[in-house]
Amino acid sequence: MSDPVSAMGHARYDGFAMVREIGPLGMISLRAKPEVKGLAKAVKAAVGLAVPAPRRIVATADKAVGWMSPDEYLLVLPYAQTGAAMAAIASAMGADHHLAAVVSDARAVFDVTGAKADQVLRKLCPVDFDALAPGELRRTRAAQVAAAFWAIDDGFRVVCFRSVAGYMLGLLTQSAQPGSELG
Amino acid sequence: MSTRLQKGGRLIDRNRAVEFTFNGKRLRGFQGDTLAAALLANDQMLVGRSFKYHRPRGMIASGAEEPNALVNLGQGARLEPNARATTTEVFDGLTATSQNHWPTLEFDIGVINNALARFLPAGFYYKTFIHPRAAWKHVFEPIIRQSAGLGKAPKTADADRYEHAYAFCDILIAGGGVAGLQAALIAAASGARVMVLEQTATWGGRAPVDGDVIDGMPADEWVKNALEALGKMKNVSIRLRCMVAGSYDHGYVLADENIADHSPGDGRPKHRLWRIRTGRIIAATGALERPLAFAGNDIPGVMLASAVRDYVVNHGVSAGDRTVLVTNNDDAYRTAIALHQAGLQVPLIVDARANVTGDLPDQARAMGIRITSGRAIVKVKGAKRVTGVSIGLQAGEGAVLEEIACDVVAMSGGWSPVVHLFSHCGGKLLWDEAQAHFRPDATRPPTGQDGTAMVFAAGAANGELQADRALADAGGVAREIIREMGLKSETNLAKAEVVSEAAMEPVWVMPQGANTKLRTKMWLDFQNDVKVSDVQLAAREGYASVEHTKRYTTLGMATDQGKLSNINGLAVLAGALNDKIPNVGTTTFRPPYTPVPLGALAGESRGDIFQPLRRTPMHGWHETNGAYLEPVGLWRRAYCYPRAGESHDQAVHREILNTRANVGLLDASTLGKIVVKGPDAGRFLDMLYTNVMSNLGIGKCRYGLMCNEQGFLSDDGVVVRLSEDSWLCHTTTGGAERIHGWMEDWLQCEWWDWQVYCANVTEQYAQIAVAGPRARDLLDRLGGMDLSKDALPFMAFAEGTLAGLPVRVHRISFSGELSYEIAVPASHGLALWENLMAAGADLGVMPYGTEAMHVMRAEKGFIMMGDETDGTVIPQDLNLGWAISKKKADYLGKRGQERTYLARSDRFKLAGFETLDGSVIPDGSYIVAEGFNANGQRNTQGRVTSTYHSPTLGKGIAMGLIRGGLDRLGEVVEFNTLPSGTVKAKVVDPVFYDKEGEKQNV
Repeated sequence: MSDPVSAMGHARYDGFAMVREIGPLGMISLRAKPEVKGLAKAVKAAVGLAVPAPRRIVATADKAVGWMSPDEYLLVLPYAQTGAAMAAIASAMGADHHLAAVVSDARAVFDVTGAKADQVLRKLCPVDFDALAPGELRRTRAAQVAAAFWAIDDGFRVVCFRSVAGYMLGLLTQSAQPGSELG
Repeated sequence: MSTRLQKGGRLIDRNRAVEFTFNGKRLRGFQGDTLAAALLANDQMLVGRSFKYHRPRGMIASGAEEPNALVNLGQGARLEPNARATTTEVFDGLTATSQNHWPTLEFDIGVINNALARFLPAGFYYKTFIHPRAAWKHVFEPIIRQSAGLGKAPKTADADRYEHAYAFCDILIAGGGVAGLQAALIAAASGARVMVLEQTATWGGRAPVDGDVIDGMPADEWVKNALEALGKMKNVSIRLRCMVAGSYDHGYVLADENIADHSPGDGRPKHRLWRIRTGRIIAATGALERPLAFAGNDIPGVMLASAVRDYVVNHGVSAGDRTVLVTNNDDAYRTAIALHQAGLQVPLIVDARANVTGDLPDQARAMGIRITSGRAIVKVKGAKRVTGVSIGLQAGEGAVLEEIACDVVAMSGGWSPVVHLFSHCGGKLLWDEAQAHFRPDATRPPTGQDGTAMVFAAGAANGELQADRALADAGGVAREIIREMGLKSETNLAKAEVVSEAAMEPVWVMPQGANTKLRTKMWLDFQNDVKVSDVQLAAREGYASVEHTKRYTTLGMATDQGKLSNINGLAVLAGALNDKIPNVGTTTFRPPYTPVPLGALAGESRGDIFQPLRRTPMHGWHETNGAYLEPVGLWRRAYCYPRAGESHDQAVHREILNTRANVGLLDASTLGKIVVKGPDAGRFLDMLYTNVMSNLGIGKCRYGLMCNEQGFLSDDGVVVRLSEDSWLCHTTTGGAERIHGWMEDWLQCEWWDWQVYCANVTEQYAQIAVAGPRARDLLDRLGGMDLSKDALPFMAFAEGTLAGLPVRVHRISFSGELSYEIAVPASHGLALWENLMAAGADLGVMPYGTEAMHVMRAEKGFIMMGDETDGTVIPQDLNLGWAISKKKADYLGKRGQERTYLARSDRFKLAGFETLDGSVIPDGSYIVAEGFNANGQRNTQGRVTSTYHSPTLGKGIAMGLIRGGLDRLGEVVEFNTLPSGTVKAKVVDPVFYDKEGEKQNV
């Protein structure tokens, strides 16, 4: 089997912050109500983490689980592990009402890093970065498209739909150009 | 003569000279000059022509309120029209040209309008509309177009880039004068998040120019200390060159930051538009000095007193050697004092007030400056430059008592608070009799969502014009806000030395009894050429409302939006109407405060990122292989793949014939794909679709229709039963997000207790249609799955691997051929596509585009959403009754379809059409009927919905809606053609090709 190819071929741009396309990253959209018994077990089995609080994401080095909405979670894990994780979720949830779908390929992922990484996103997302809580998963928009991001070491990980990966790269590149620092 | 003085100029650096050009002339200025200051330093007072009469125009002001000194700044891809010279920072290499003159600034032919002024009165423009009718089009419009207008729009794309940025704060302070800084110090000490934005390149506002003393030190020093203190606080952000353009509901503020106007091409964005959400706004926006209305007040050399002072103190520039000051207030005496201190002459101060008693006049007297009270300027002499003034009684009608030679007239009619930000969101103003101006009424402020005040005016913007009172007011406002927020601030209020000023006296027309001749020379709006006589004429013609008068006379409608003219104009109107000024009221203040470049509003949205184009995983392949792309929503899809020398039509025909003969590939990735899962999923889909989906066998596919509540067709697609409790619904390309939202709407708002989840997985999969008699051969070559007729019959699907890639293969056909639609994870989409192209080379595999797909489905009589449907069509109209379940108790649209209008039998219904001559019926044609309707239009009995040349059949084919539908098989009807005439066509079965469906079922 050929290797999966991310939308922008790991394009990068070194501006006043570094923009780098990564991925494809394994992602599973898991829909279930928080009170469903099997949920914690399923999340644990899939990514080894606890169910996050509303608007939060919990992460280890290569896995994460984020709260997306009152009945939706995003599991992040290595691309090749989604099959096993789907099986683990199915077995842990049993008959509990839920929906799990692999969405790794539906997404594009960018890491924006550097001391001023936040300034790149402050130009695109109507988000109060100074009020961002530790471990917050922020669903928002970047200019004209839906986006979500969370803090990583030295910056932010930004997720958008795969079809608009080129637009997102364009936005991040334009916003990270040297000389356009906000302060 | 205006010139640079030997000494002085607090903002300029005499060690850093800059060269610039004006109308091609090379001129020198200093770092820290505005373009206006630098032009004056080079004796360039004449900078433009007025809008209507082409009168010579010079600088009148020194800041944002300037109506006259507008220039074309830069050139080519960096040309910016209507740039205010008074706010443009001069830099090395700046090029500026004057506007609205022909052939030259010095000699302008349009000034002929000036001589015709009595034929161009208020409302002239509107009057030309009326009679004679033909005159507007042939006489007035061409002339007005030629002579009107200021800057010319740039012809090339803007070379600069722009961006937006978002910010959030508790308190936003607009204005970095001493009031704004006072408010900032107090607000910041509370720990609240504070932003301070100043539109100019320097902090401190007027206080340093006016010589204010704060906390025992010169204002400049106090400002420096304040900035140092603010700079150390993490909760404070301050920005220069950032104009707060408007305040909007819910504490939304737009501000335009000028980053690189003064350093073009240095790689930085030219402007940045700040989109700010704040809790409270403090408008410390200062006040603007008003002109006085006397004859000839528009002649270059007549300037605001404060501007004359600014140029001397800030830039070391003298507007002229001999300045006559004319005033109705004490503040203007500061100008006389500053001029005297700079060694310039003030031969006379003309004070309209009968008694002149204040401290400042006393200082002027002590300097030996002559003051004459109760006097008026009757007339200014000069054409392109002031040469002198005639003086008379303010109470009189214009008899001249003396004449004085001078080259500058510095005028002051009092000060008007800049109330814009307070007013944008509905804050009310009150008329201050003592100071003769409108100022914010703190008891009727614009309110936020909680009903409390959202915008507070502070300092001069609040009508507190003197430094001591402005500081106290700003401090008080900041403390009040802090207290309301439940915070505390220990910072002391700064105190300014009190300079007592005597009361001003309103003067709206000078002299008050001036005759008509004088009044036709008294300018109110300098840019749009509106005079006292125009407003009075409007009043006589019945205009009582200030808003109507504004539009009739164009008062305040120029690019300066009446910053100088508004109050004077409405005072004159009130006088003409014999009413009180507060009764006449003021016009509405609207954002932006000063013009914002369109580039700043567009921000990053231009070029490649003008809009988010959506690309499939194979998009790059299509582009590389010469595809002609068409927009489908934000997607770009391959319409066809023309080869060298091929027209699009030829390419489409080749692609169709090849698919029907060999095998073709279509990138169908854009099709919507929504997973629906749960114990109630079957019941849910039975409600959404008109047919039954709950009884679909696992592993099977079924075509389904969705209607809206009214019964009209909304979307269609193939539904796949994935497992006992999960289905995959394919939607149209355009329907993916809409139908997903539609599903969530019903699940969240109506059937919230049903156990169903859905997920939009459209972009998870690349989808490729492999169609044609050799499709199976091609797929067999990839290996990995048994795709034989028995293993995978028509309308079934299977999961497996092809060429080692994980796929789901659907045996469905939109072309009528043996066809497989293969879904593969998007990250493998290109790999599968390239595998298919390589493996099928000797089978004749070719990609086909959306147009070939459209034609092939039409040959099969398959409907297309948006072609056969337009929001008024129900499934029954399209002979799709077979896809509507009779067994189900309900589905979305069922009740709607039972309405008499939709249930009646004579609706337009689908049929096929073949022209008798084999031609293609034009798109959009109607089927004509006998007679004409009440509007004299031909009656119709139907319309074409899809019409193509079928390369398969070698003739034109069409589908359309006709009254009676298939009941009329065999009849010949007429479709209209352009530009006139009709074409005859026979009503036929809409399935033109392979009626039995043998080809797709092999």
